[in-house]
Amino acid sequence: MAGAVDQAAFVEWLQRIGDNALILGHRVSEWCGHAPVLEEDIALANQALDLIGQCQLWLGLAAEVEGRGRTADQLAYLRDAVEFRNLLLVERPNGDFGQTLMRQFLFDAFHIELLRALKSSADPRVAEIAAKAEKEVAYHLERSADLVVRLGDGTAESHARMEKALKSQWPYTGEMFLDDAVDAAMAQAGIAPLPSSLRPAWERTVSEVLAEATLAHPGEAFSHKGGKRGVHTEHLGFVLAEMQFLQRAYPGAVW
Amino acid sequence: MYAQLVKSEGAKPREEMTPEEIAFQERIDRGEKIEPKEWMPEGYRKTLIRQIGQHAHSEIVGQLPEGNWITRAPTLERKAILLAKVQDEAGHGLYLYSAAETLGVSRDELLEKLHSGNMKYSSIFNYPTLNWADIGAVGWLVDGAAIMNQVPLQRTSYGPYSRAMIRICKEESFHQRQGYDIMMKMAAGTPEQKAMAQDALNRFWYPALMMFGPSDKDSVHSAQSMAWKIKINTNDELRQKFVDQTVPQAKYLGLSIPDESLAWNEEKGGWDFSEPDWSEFFAVIAGNGPCNEERLGARVKAWEDGAWFRDGLMAHAEKAEARRRAARVAAE
Repeated sequence: MAGAVDQAAFVEWLQRIGDNALILGHRVSEWCGHAPVLEEDIALANQALDLIGQCQLWLGLAAEVEGRGRTADQLAYLRDAVEFRNLLLVERPNGDFGQTLMRQFLFDAFHIELLRALKSSADPRVAEIAAKAEKEVAYHLERSADLVVRLGDGTAESHARMEKALKSQWPYTGEMFLDDAVDAAMAQAGIAPLPSSLRPAWERTVSEVLAEATLAHPGEAFSHKGGKRGVHTEHLGFVLAEMQFLQRAYPGAVW
Repeated sequence: MYAQLVKSEGAKPREEMTPEEIAFQERIDRGEKIEPKEWMPEGYRKTLIRQIGQHAHSEIVGQLPEGNWITRAPTLERKAILLAKVQDEAGHGLYLYSAAETLGVSRDELLEKLHSGNMKYSSIFNYPTLNWADIGAVGWLVDGAAIMNQVPLQRTSYGPYSRAMIRICKEESFHQRQGYDIMMKMAAGTPEQKAMAQDALNRFWYPALMMFGPSDKDSVHSAQSMAWKIKINTNDELRQKFVDQTVPQAKYLGLSIPDESLAWNEEKGGWDFSEPDWSEFFAVIAGNGPCNEERLGARVKAWEDGAWFRDGLMAHAEKAEARRRAARVAAE
């Protein structure tokens, strides 16, 4: 068990990882019934389901550590955008299927490294959730990487779409690897790795897959940031307006 | 089952049957299963394709009214359950298209017929889901009606269809329970929630009754399908069974069935109830339901927008195959 970890920082960090799962799960679930082929409808629903399940675990632990009697549902449904801690990348609108896939691949490649590192967290609750989630995310990455390769090296149109998707998602990847005081406190307590330490492995996966997909690596680029401290894109407010509607309109009701 | 008004082909009296047709009918009468490679009358094959295809289409169009509430599900658990359920529906579509493929029709051909309006899906999915209790009502009533039809179809004469049905029924009964569970929460909730539950029942009751298809006396295709055991019970038998099962469930919820003529009939040991408005049913089937345009439009859009994706995968598979061939040649 972690020693003198700052509880507020721990809760903050758990919300980051939980909110990534929640918001990406929400975005992926928007595809339900609208995918380009039936197998993809099934795969996307499955992936959204994994992410919502992970979010329940991470936000459940956040609520427990916080110790104010809140639940995972209250964290998901009763915080406003400024209190959300997800990366900007995961709240970006779905766009075409290529945009959705590229967003997924760039995130999966980061997510898997994070979860692998978390399996040896000093906090056994974190390690346990990570071990469960890692199995699911390994499939997510296998699928997203495979499809990026096929579509990058498919037709001229699929190549052009994937290239465009890469270009538009890329400036949102830098935020994944930025360290701040919360990250430093987590690393200090042995709970989580510094995000910057995950970059080399992510870079390897991404470079390999892009090369196989015949997509040009964008190289260094400007990074948008802010999600981890609650400064989001305009899109998150609409996600929450939709997601939280019933809880907000009928306070205290049991569903 | 989500098949209505399936046109049955090739009905003929026994004295006009060929020896092959008589032998086929006798196998069915003995309860044997017909398997894909075996001889079957053309009418049997065509009727099955229509019925299984319509059922498959209903499963995939059926994702839409429920998918409509995934992003607004009121708790994380409800969201997860609904996602799992809609994923099951897509999976059912997959089994059923595969069952249809064993009869010599591809999934793409069937989808083309759906998109061009030459094949139908169940009328029920042309109704909107307007409040959260509708998700409960869809599980309770729509899946409930589907199960009523599908349980007997586990014994249908065509092997692949029967096996698909066995798997589907297991999942559908879970769906119905989760729907009823939502209804219980809503009916026992705040006055607003209870009002949503009643509103959902009011709107879904008659459309659910329509799912069984028109009354037996107006159902021209039933006899041949029943002889072939593609259809096991008549529309009216199943509708009666559904009403008898559902009335006490509504009572338990404290909700009223929107039918003033609903009355227990001691003599038949079942409920008397009002027929749905069949002119509405035929209007919905003809494309004039509240959501026909959105539902079919959404499926066509998904297919058209996804063309580049499918083409890309195909092109990659061809390139990969060409590279493998070239490598083999080089190695030799």
